Amino acid sequence: MNVEPSILPLAAVLISLLGAVPILLSDRRPNLREAWTVLISLGKFTIIAALLPAVLEGGGYRFTVAEVLPGVAIALRVDAMGMYFALVASFLWILTSIYSIGYMRALNEHDQTRYYASFAVAMSATVGVAFSANLLTLYLFYEMLSLSTYPLVTHKQDAEARSAGRKYLTYLLGTSVAFTLPAMILIYTLTGTLDFTAGGILAGKAGAPTVALLLVLLVFGFAKAAVMPLHGWLPAAMVAPTPVSSFLHGVAVVKVGVFSILRMVFFVFGTGLLADLNLGAILTALASVTIIVASLVALTQDNLKRRLAYSTIGQLSYMILGAGMLTAAGMTGGLLHLSMHAFGKITLFLCAGAIYIAAHKSNISEMDGLGRRMPVTYAAFFLASLSIIGMPPLGGFLSKWSMVIGAIDGGQLLLVAVILVSSLLNAAYFFPIVYRGFFARAAEGNGREEVREAPILCLIPLSITALFCLGLFLWPSLALQLIQLVVSP
Amino acid sequence: MSPTNLHMYALATPLIGAFAVMVAGRYSKRVVAPIVLGVLSFSFAAALTVFLQVLSGGGFRYVVGNWLAPYGIELSVDHLGSLMQVLVSGVALTASVSAVKSVAKDLEDRQHLFFTLYLILIAGLHGLVLTADAFNVYVLLEIASITAYGLIALGRGRAIVSSFNYVIMGSTGACFYLLGIGYLYILTGTLNMADLARIIPTLESGPALATAFSFCIVGLWIKMAFFPLHVWLPNAYSDMPDGAAVLVAPLMTKVTIYLMIRFMFSIFSPAYEFIQHAAVQQIVVGVAAVGIVCASAMALGQKNLRRMLTYLIVAEVGYMVGGVWLANAQGMTGAILHIVNDALMTLCLFLAVSAIASRVGELDFESLRGLFRRMPVTMAALVVAALSMIGVPPTCGFFSKWYLLLGGIEAGQWLYVGALIFSSLVNAILFFRVIEIAYFRMPDADAPGTGHGAVQVREAPAMMLQPLVVAAAALIGVGLATGPLVQHVIRVALPGGF
Repeated sequence: MNVEPSILPLAAVLISLLGAVPILLSDRRPNLREAWTVLISLGKFTIIAALLPAVLEGGGYRFTVAEVLPGVAIALRVDAMGMYFALVASFLWILTSIYSIGYMRALNEHDQTRYYASFAVAMSATVGVAFSANLLTLYLFYEMLSLSTYPLVTHKQDAEARSAGRKYLTYLLGTSVAFTLPAMILIYTLTGTLDFTAGGILAGKAGAPTVALLLVLLVFGFAKAAVMPLHGWLPAAMVAPTPVSSFLHGVAVVKVGVFSILRMVFFVFGTGLLADLNLGAILTALASVTIIVASLVALTQDNLKRRLAYSTIGQLSYMILGAGMLTAAGMTGGLLHLSMHAFGKITLFLCAGAIYIAAHKSNISEMDGLGRRMPVTYAAFFLASLSIIGMPPLGGFLSKWSMVIGAIDGGQLLLVAVILVSSLLNAAYFFPIVYRGFFARAAEGNGREEVREAPILCLIPLSITALFCLGLFLWPSLALQLIQLVVSP
Repeated sequence: MSPTNLHMYALATPLIGAFAVMVAGRYSKRVVAPIVLGVLSFSFAAALTVFLQVLSGGGFRYVVGNWLAPYGIELSVDHLGSLMQVLVSGVALTASVSAVKSVAKDLEDRQHLFFTLYLILIAGLHGLVLTADAFNVYVLLEIASITAYGLIALGRGRAIVSSFNYVIMGSTGACFYLLGIGYLYILTGTLNMADLARIIPTLESGPALATAFSFCIVGLWIKMAFFPLHVWLPNAYSDMPDGAAVLVAPLMTKVTIYLMIRFMFSIFSPAYEFIQHAAVQQIVVGVAAVGIVCASAMALGQKNLRRMLTYLIVAEVGYMVGGVWLANAQGMTGAILHIVNDALMTLCLFLAVSAIASRVGELDFESLRGLFRRMPVTMAALVVAALSMIGVPPTCGFFSKWYLLLGGIEAGQWLYVGALIFSSLVNAILFFRVIEIAYFRMPDADAPGTGHGAVQVREAPAMMLQPLVVAAAALIGVGLATGPLVQHVIRVALPGGF
């Protein structure tokens, strides 16, 4: 393991934070502003991709900003797990940026400068979480993400946005101060360090009750993972513009929550310790309940974005479920689901946005026959929903398959049942949308149904992400390689 | 060890400046600002130089006019005192840039009188952080308090009544302190801190010593508005002119807490059984915790930004007193760090208040509507200060809270730990309520400067905005510098035995 000091991790984090400045300055020149956004997102992805080869060889990079507490610095470190998440997030940001241009212009939204600037800052925080070398740094970027996304969630600035914003901060900021912070201090008191170390830092330092308490505090403290009952902010946050919902609440924000929990499981607790103390059951129990209940609630939602939000809540818990199995296949499946779900869910949200732009519909019951008018969008939607359900030949199949194997390896047949039942429920809430789109008769149709798709800048990104759902089934080797480095270093 | 006189110059220039302002300001209002800013800049530069010297060469004791102790006036320029002097002079300089502007508007024809009091107050604070004599603490504390009474009385509305309340409470506190000093003098025959520290361990600890200790501490508690002795503070601090609030709010309570630390650890020692007594500790930390919770709850009930902040000051006093009385290294570190951090946070918040008041007038929550559009820079700085109050890294508020929580856990004071977390959550609610109003609600259409939806940016004057931005940047800068600050200054300053 060869970890070199390098400024590049810092550059990867800061490029979009500093990039917010030119975006703000080109307030009155939209074309220039959007050019900056796309340029910065490309730059960010390039820097992160440049770090990849060393990580694949088992090495990495680190950068220390300042030693703020004895033994704890604000420091960045690039390892396989962080790289995996940062790659997915920064790649999808490029597509979301392009999509945003089409979406925001088509709807003639207000305050677009604030929107793009906040987005860039949020992206810095996301990659910051991925590259954090210790819990303190992760906490810092985690909070930064909550705060920088607040203006995005409340973009509309009406009464509904206001109450959604209130809920958003209450859940995310409240839990992090009330649960994560005490847990962090407790860990520091017990171990004298907060560094993420392969195999964990708590082994031998704390008894089973303390470890169990810390685990519960951290699972709920990272409320971005939306483990029930702390999931209420996510459906509320759907009041945001669709690109925000798709990227932040399909990928960045929610995955940061899951990523943080998995970081804790692998690098603070250590899977060995959790297995010894039989505490994986806490994770799998919380996750199983969330998976089933969220899928059931999703069935009842008529608003498309809300249905997707509940679907997200359920899918996020899959990743925690996989990690909680504490078997190699389970953990692989959990981590793999992070990227599979990211590509699937972002596609679904982007389609929801495209439908909203082209047809101004947001309720599923009003979308009869829309698939014939928007064939590209609906085809992408279909592919992505198959991936989330876990059907071959789409990416989601691989992760769910791996988790099923993991559950059988661990002798936890109940979890196999959870995964299968939930997949059926997934199908039950996705297929009617597609069916109605293609086969139901439009209520207000006048017979002639000409194709009327969303702007091309919206269609391209969602087609690409949909194709990735397929591509990741056929070529998952990069993801698996990185995950391999995390699960069995 | 090279004793220079620079720290004396840092102390004396505001004093000399005070008289210069009074005399010259009578003839021309134009000279007031240059004199004030000139002396304070010099004072800050001198304090900073002394601090760097102390860092490299260690602290020293200094005898004013070569009149030797125990009869002469002795100053102690050590790590902690020097750090405090930098804090006092830095905050004073930053605050005065804004004060010059706001006082010129609020107290047009009396600004030279205002700044006379203002500079004497600053000189008093300089003396307080350096003095090595328990009686001089009393004298200087009265200098600082009496000038503060005067500044408060120059304020708005019921300022005179508020100031009078403060006079009564402040004088009561001073009496307590003086009585305590009297006991000490009877017991030991000296008032020099170093001599006291030498003699007290040799005394039998009896009721007399305990009385001396408690009288002094209670006197200081009244002066710092430690719950439940805080009732004078919210009115006094919200009625005074903004120009005074930016100086008094950050510094007065914090310097008094510093004095409590000095008293407990430079005169008495951590080994003194009254400090180590578990029941006393338990009670004081418990009261601090209750104070934090109550003050936070009262802040929740306020409908005015300025008043809300004054209750938060009371809550923060609870942080620091509790931290000191945890009587372990982490808690002490947290308390001292929080003196610095809270001074900067309060400075930033009150500078923001002053900037907002210059454009909006009253600070009821209702009148904050639409401020994010009208004053984006001011509001951004306010958000940074709010994050620091909540305790979000990398702002400095996070790190002192971290140490205080560590200390609380180490001492097993779970009530205090809970109170700190509760107060962080309440701060989040308080500030996001303000932010929400300023972000979502649009100002009335008939308000000046508003058109059809398009609200024009109308920031505070540059002289109020610049110090605010500096203060906000300092919150992050000091946060990132926590490591060296703790390692090279605060750890060194902790008394032996920790």
